[in-house]
Amino acid sequence: MSVLQMQRISICAMKKDRKAILEELQRLGVMEIETSRMPSEGLEKMDTLEDRQKFEKQASILDQALDVLQEYAPEKTSMLSSLEGKKLVERKVYQDVVSNRESILDTAQHILLMKKKEAEGKAEIVKLLAQKEALLPWLSLSVPMDYEGTKKTKVFIGSIGSVMTQEEVMAKIAEAAPDLTACDVEIVSADKDQTCLTAICLRTEADLLEEALRSAGFSRPAQTITEIPAKEVEKIETRISEVGKEIADFGKEIQDQAGHRENLKTLSDYYRTRAQRYEVLGQVPQTRNTFVISGYIAKKNAAKLAEKLDREYSLSVEIEDLPEEEEAPVLLENGKATRSVEGVLESFGLPAKGEVDPTKIMFVFYVFLFGLMLSDAAYGLIIFVACAVLLKKYPRMSDGMAKSLRMFMYCGISTLVWGILFGGYFGDVVNVVSRVFFGHEVGIPALWFVPLNDPMKLLIFSMLFGLIHLFTGLAIKGYMCLRDKRYMDFFCDVVLWFAFLIGLILMLLPSSLFYSISQMHIVFPAALETFSKVLAIVGAVGLLLMSGRSSKNPALRIALGAYDLYNITGWLSDVLSYSRLLALGLATGVIASVVNQMGSMAGKGVFGAIVFIIVFIIGHIFNIAINLLGAYVHTNRLQYVEFFGKFYEGGGRAFNPFKANTKYVDVKEETK
Amino acid sequence: MSELGIVYALLGAAAAVLLAGTGSAIGVGIAGQAASGVVTEDPSKFAKVLIMQLLPGTQGIYGLLVGFITLSKIGLLGGGAADIDVKTGLMILAACLPIGIVGLLSAISQGKTSAAAIGIVAKKPEQFGKAMLFPAMVETYAILALLISILAVTAIQV
Repeated sequence: MSVLQMQRISICAMKKDRKAILEELQRLGVMEIETSRMPSEGLEKMDTLEDRQKFEKQASILDQALDVLQEYAPEKTSMLSSLEGKKLVERKVYQDVVSNRESILDTAQHILLMKKKEAEGKAEIVKLLAQKEALLPWLSLSVPMDYEGTKKTKVFIGSIGSVMTQEEVMAKIAEAAPDLTACDVEIVSADKDQTCLTAICLRTEADLLEEALRSAGFSRPAQTITEIPAKEVEKIETRISEVGKEIADFGKEIQDQAGHRENLKTLSDYYRTRAQRYEVLGQVPQTRNTFVISGYIAKKNAAKLAEKLDREYSLSVEIEDLPEEEEAPVLLENGKATRSVEGVLESFGLPAKGEVDPTKIMFVFYVFLFGLMLSDAAYGLIIFVACAVLLKKYPRMSDGMAKSLRMFMYCGISTLVWGILFGGYFGDVVNVVSRVFFGHEVGIPALWFVPLNDPMKLLIFSMLFGLIHLFTGLAIKGYMCLRDKRYMDFFCDVVLWFAFLIGLILMLLPSSLFYSISQMHIVFPAALETFSKVLAIVGAVGLLLMSGRSSKNPALRIALGAYDLYNITGWLSDVLSYSRLLALGLATGVIASVVNQMGSMAGKGVFGAIVFIIVFIIGHIFNIAINLLGAYVHTNRLQYVEFFGKFYEGGGRAFNPFKANTKYVDVKEETK
Repeated sequence: MSELGIVYALLGAAAAVLLAGTGSAIGVGIAGQAASGVVTEDPSKFAKVLIMQLLPGTQGIYGLLVGFITLSKIGLLGGGAADIDVKTGLMILAACLPIGIVGLLSAISQGKTSAAAIGIVAKKPEQFGKAMLFPAMVETYAILALLISILAVTAIQV
């Protein structure tokens, strides 16, 4: 249980080594760059924004090309592929990719160009289809759409926005232009929106007819097409099939690039890390020939880094302890097992300055309580095996994921143990199967007791476990007070509470109230009974007098003390909160029995067995899922609210080292 | 009149399942609407918001649990129903009420809290742990009610 001690490291080196040193620091990833506390006079900073943006843009081009590739030639991935983590690339392969970066970038550009052309082609098809659609009513027209007529006659081609027969049109014309001597109207086609027609008359009377037609709502077609509609449609259709072929070709060409996928990924990460390096470069103060870089490093890594850099470059490294008031970033160090609950801690908050890292103690309680809530041996075994297999099969999964899986693996073991203690194996499947299918009932007896038969017993134990959990939290607070030499706080906030609570508990145990709950009759010797009363009174009076010690005003002080004493209700509700251990534990067992009971309803025989197996599988998967969720949520709650409430606030800032934040691949370190 | 006893007992089991189940259905529904909104914007958050949506679903399960214990207590599952007098029947009905009523109301509140917590996940996915805690707070009271219902049902002598 430790928060690593941080130190400040400052490196002053020649400007010519700048890039090499930054690359080295990025590769090692042990230092957090922090330059805000450095004096700025006489030093300048380089403007790297432009270069950085260039690299970021290149990385994003590669990412886009990869997205396109994924769309056209999807990578085969299994359901669990998200666990695989980043691929490991040999340094030599990486260097090859970097030296070929121009051609790989060209490939990416090519893919994007193909994609663009394809999109254009698709847009063209849409346009062509619209044109074709507009021409369809005119298919039976045997002259070009812009046909004007002969030397003596004038032809109007167009449509009226309502449904009309030839007679109706003629009547309208006659009404609007009584002077017109002769005209002929022919309906080309009609649908519910419009009537397409041609009208013909003498050229000399063209104006009259046009006027008459316009008053009837006549308009010329929007597109000007100089072809006979049928031919034009044919042309459009050929064009559509041509463009369709081109699109297929573009798609295929993109698919052909699928072999470059790995290179694109690697190069994208190359530009990404380079952009990150330039970002740091922009923060580093420098003079004409030197530069200086400063930041946080864990004490245990500091000397090693200094020595390594000193060996390779000519530079000066300075390592110093942080001043008291500076808030260092937090890096935790724990064993392989206990580290697995760091994720749970992180989502509450890392230890603030001066707080201890509670990971180790939390791990023990977490696994213990989780198992108690799930408490089924078979479920525990399934969870344990599933997590262990996944951890083994995907060694390169992300760190956070590995931590969670490892945590559930240990919780699985704990669940297995509790299951054996309480006699739960898929609920009561052994009893049900033996009774229904083999005629006489056998069961695996519980090693300790069956909670459903004696819920009060488990309730008492749940609260006992809760009390231990809470007292541990209070003890950690005491430890922190002692460590910081705040003896007054230790006595008033920890010792007095312990005295008060233990006194109260000792008073409660022999009482009839406790007997009615637990059916246990406890008799203390008279001396112990007196002692418990004294302890409780001393604690209560002490708290009343001392809790408000920060206040000078005696009345206010007593009031504050009384208020603190009122916190006893908080303790009561905290302890009662652990009754969820019983409730959730029972829930698992009872739902499992419901599943088994439902499965066995079809009776014995082959059909019954098939029904049983189906119900068994679906039902128990559901039960595991829902109770796993419940156990996870409520174990977290017990840690966050009840346990941390006693001593822990959190709020530390995570250590964020300068390292290669890649998206697709990690580069294998050379072993020297 | 003694044949009414079993009716009251069954009414208790039904009330536990019915009220708590209704509450969970409403709660999960409320949270589901918020969850769907988040997934429209960012499908990668599916797993996280699904967990959030499921949180108000537990009351229904607690109701089922009490209902099941009650049914097996009064012997309806095993075939021969036990002979229950009116007083015992009413006691069983009373024992089932906590999880039924608290389950109904807490699941609805928890659904609303979950919907709000889904908002946290949408904007700050890294705060998932804290977001999950708010709905879990509401659930505490359903668990307490469940506890009393279980203890009471198992304590009644048939």
